[in-house]
Amino acid sequence: MLFMTPNVIKNFLSKKATRLYPFEVREPFEGYRGELVNDIDGCIFCGMCSKKCPSQCITVDRTTGIWECDPYACIYCSICVEACPTKCLSMNNVHRKPAATKSMYTLQGVPPKPKKKAADTAEDKPAKEDK
Amino acid sequence: MAKTIIPFGPQHPVLPEPVHLKLVVEDEIVIEAIPALGYVHRGLEKLTEIRDYHQMIQVVERVCGICSCLHAVCFCHGIEELMKVDVPRRAKYLRVIWGELHRMHSHLLWLGLFADAFGFESVFQQFWKIREKIMDILEATAGNRVIISVNVVGGTRYDISPEQCRWILQELNGVEAGINALQRTMMDDYTVKHRTVGVGVLTREQAIELGAAGPTLRGSGVAQDMRMLKYAAFDELDFEPVVETGGDSYSRSNVRFRETLQSIDLIRQAISKLPEGPINVPVKGNPEGEIITRVEQPRGELMYYIKASGKKYLDRVRIRTPTFANVPPLLAMVGGIELANVPVVVLSIDPCISCTER
Repeated sequence: MLFMTPNVIKNFLSKKATRLYPFEVREPFEGYRGELVNDIDGCIFCGMCSKKCPSQCITVDRTTGIWECDPYACIYCSICVEACPTKCLSMNNVHRKPAATKSMYTLQGVPPKPKKKAADTAEDKPAKEDK
Repeated sequence: MAKTIIPFGPQHPVLPEPVHLKLVVEDEIVIEAIPALGYVHRGLEKLTEIRDYHQMIQVVERVCGICSCLHAVCFCHGIEELMKVDVPRRAKYLRVIWGELHRMHSHLLWLGLFADAFGFESVFQQFWKIREKIMDILEATAGNRVIISVNVVGGTRYDISPEQCRWILQELNGVEAGINALQRTMMDDYTVKHRTVGVGVLTREQAIELGAAGPTLRGSGVAQDMRMLKYAAFDELDFEPVVETGGDSYSRSNVRFRETLQSIDLIRQAISKLPEGPINVPVKGNPEGEIITRVEQPRGELMYYIKASGKKYLDRVRIRTPTFANVPPLLAMVGGIELANVPVVVLSIDPCISCTER
């Protein structure tokens, strides 16, 4: 009987276990995986992130230079960050705020110029066929 | 009085899990229970056709929200064995640490819910208050609270630094003190005993015959724990399964209570023996062959069957979860008890329907 008494007294004397969120927000942990951020200037539009993404929430368009992520389909695993060859992707430690409407995280960058070699071989091919 | 059928679930005030039981009652006594499943089926196994075996880790983690790390460990074990990958020792120890943290937070969550089932709201909140420390450890070390996605084929993605190890040990002292302070409230209280002792009895013979798993099996006096298979780093850790012989709801909750403390001990052992070295090895190629792997989830034995044919996409992944094994024992437990005790008995197997239906 009354086994809870020490706990009750302790809880009376100690500070609250809960916070008055959103007025009081806890400092996020350093390694917390929050929002995905792309530094679009460093992006080479290789599409590695979209290939590795388990939820396939990233679309990369090489021709138009549009990098798009659906943050509401993102599972915050940071696999894309690890796969990125130029390290332009990163995750900050702030969690995404609740929202009434869904939106896309779209970035417009400079698309890479088509490789010269690829253009050359395309021109060569019909010539080979003639032979 | 004539037999009446009372529907129980899938939405029920005390039972958070979407399981539907048709309870055949006579007066207030349950004669028989007929289960109906399939409310949260998501077809995750089918996803193996469009997700490669690296991406499947994130898929299997979502089979169950509360033991996600162990699902990934089981899956990675299978793939690693098929590909003959030698996982670094440090990664194995890290898997044990995160796995045991998952077991602890699962058991603490369950202990809270169990107390809630018989109307012990304050103990419910106390257990969840303790659990929050475990969630903080997971968030600080792995980057997320619940689905931590630390496992990859060939090891782990994150490391635990020596400072973090010290912090974890310090936090665990607080967790242990908190759990011990609640020990008598949960296990010695007259009211709690009145609701749990001798209720929903599953004998040792029944448990073996019906194929019970995990704490449900160990609560009936069978010392079977998949950690005895020495997967990950359990071969170097001092471990003995927790067994109770009562077979009733009280024994099952006692098994979980003691396992929570045992997990603290295992994490301490793992941290003290944590070897230096790399945390993962690069993996090349695709798996080929078929394999069955088993790990101990908080709810019992988790089994993965993986079939691969040297392609990026696996041919088949079959997941058998402990709650699936615990449904027949549950039906045996429910027979003959009072209707008011049904929620407590159903909760005593720690049902995870999300796991069961995948």
